[in-house]
Amino acid sequence: MDGREQKPEKVIEVRDLVAHYGERKILDGVSMDVYAGEIMVIIGGSGSGKSTLLRHVMALEHGTSGTVKILGRDPAALDAKEALDLRKKIGVAFQGGALFSSMTVGENIMLPLYEHTVLDRTTMEIMARLKLEVVGLAGFEDLMPAELSGGMVKRAAFARAIIMDPKILFCDEPSAGLDPVIAAALDNLLLRMREAMGMTIVVVTHELESAFSIADRITVLDQGRILLTGTTEELRETKIERIQNLLQRRTEEEIVDPEEYLERLMGERLGERARL
Amino acid sequence: MPSSDTRNPLTRFTERMGRTVVAGVEEVGYCGVLVAQSLFWLVAGPRLKQPVRVDSVFVQMMEVGVRAVPIIALLGGAIGVMLAIQGVHTLRIFGAESRVVIGIALSVTREFAPLITGILVAGRSGSALAARLGIMTINQEVDALTVMGINPVRFLVVPALIALMVMVPALTFFSGLVGLFAAGLYVGADLGISMAAYVDQTIEILSTDDVMHGMGKSLIFAALIAVIGVANGASVTGGAEGVGRATTRAVVQAITAIVLTDMIFAFVVTR
Repeated sequence: MDGREQKPEKVIEVRDLVAHYGERKILDGVSMDVYAGEIMVIIGGSGSGKSTLLRHVMALEHGTSGTVKILGRDPAALDAKEALDLRKKIGVAFQGGALFSSMTVGENIMLPLYEHTVLDRTTMEIMARLKLEVVGLAGFEDLMPAELSGGMVKRAAFARAIIMDPKILFCDEPSAGLDPVIAAALDNLLLRMREAMGMTIVVVTHELESAFSIADRITVLDQGRILLTGTTEELRETKIERIQNLLQRRTEEEIVDPEEYLERLMGERLGERARL
Repeated sequence: MPSSDTRNPLTRFTERMGRTVVAGVEEVGYCGVLVAQSLFWLVAGPRLKQPVRVDSVFVQMMEVGVRAVPIIALLGGAIGVMLAIQGVHTLRIFGAESRVVIGIALSVTREFAPLITGILVAGRSGSALAARLGIMTINQEVDALTVMGINPVRFLVVPALIALMVMVPALTFFSGLVGLFAAGLYVGADLGISMAAYVDQTIEILSTDDVMHGMGKSLIFAALIAVIGVANGASVTGGAEGVGRATTRAVVQAITAIVLTDMIFAFVVTR
């Protein structure tokens, strides 16, 4: 928590973000700040809108209303060249790794260098090996992604995400679908990378244990709204019932209007489109 | 699923019809945007230090063009012989078998070579393009490219588009040559016309205009195959099943577009 007093700069600023998927409202007035050098974890159940929020702060999508600023710039208002400059400062480790299956692990990791720099091949290979060392995959550069296990694919995706030494690293469900030991190792990896490179890290996850072990601050998202943003202690001590339910893994009875329930059973759900 | 829709069937039909039309128009618009973006990256890419990679164009040309040579040769030859058989058989009614060369030369060059090549490439490469892009979309590889600052149109679409626009006319030319040669062999065997005489006649019949007619069409077919393949691949939703559906749709749409364009092109150009 040191250094928080001198107000570190905001690297991500989200204000009143509203986003729709088709007719369905996914995000409903979300506001969030992420400060330089912190690890912000966004948690929430499935369908809470956390992946959608991540897609917006990665500038993959633009909301219906509200603003998103990344490193002080609104990605929706940039021209091709400015957008490219911004992209170079962002690294993303996707949930499934999203490694290109036609390239080796090494080529995957080198791709951003190959596209954005004029380095020679040997230098790029050294840099790729360097990042593979960081994620503990040294010597795997000549394998194809299909030859790696799930945990290795995720680590390789981390290596690719940090190859350009980004200012912000986004991770979508880094520990989903992994065994607890490997998941813990990935959490440690995130902490070490922040330590070594001083980057800001935004993690989306539904694994509470992992969230509490790495987060400086946690944002709880529920049904497209932010319930709370705070440190792990603040989160544990909160009186908000839905958060306590989430933390205690209690399921909660959904209160429904009998009429609405009947309508739902009759198949007259709102916004349902006839399939063509 | 039994529908709970209690509206008038006519209303429902009209609504569905309208939706389909809107979706169709949207898709055509999307294809137009794709072409425009491809041109943009081709021209402006180098200035933004984001050039279209020549090596990936060559990889695609190898896949789309060179690997298709054997099957194109087989089909082109078969079409040539088929035309010769039918031509001789039909013209025999009038006792004008020796006039078969004119029919073969014109129909192979103007119609069959571009059409067969287009359909074959649509089946081979249009589907492959749709499947590749579809899988990349559902694996978030396209998103990964975008967040890395690598434009997916420049990186994935333009190389395939260029490769197709170079290789489809080249394959068409090759297919025409093989077809004419194979037909010549059959005509020689059946009617006793020597190969040299056959070649002389064919060259005399064919004008530059005929060759350009076939080539011009094949260029349009190439663009259609690329754009339809990409549009279907990029719009994949719903996992592996969605990829299969997109691939099928890409082939069916591409072949339909090719045949319809062929008809319109022939009509417009022969006016």
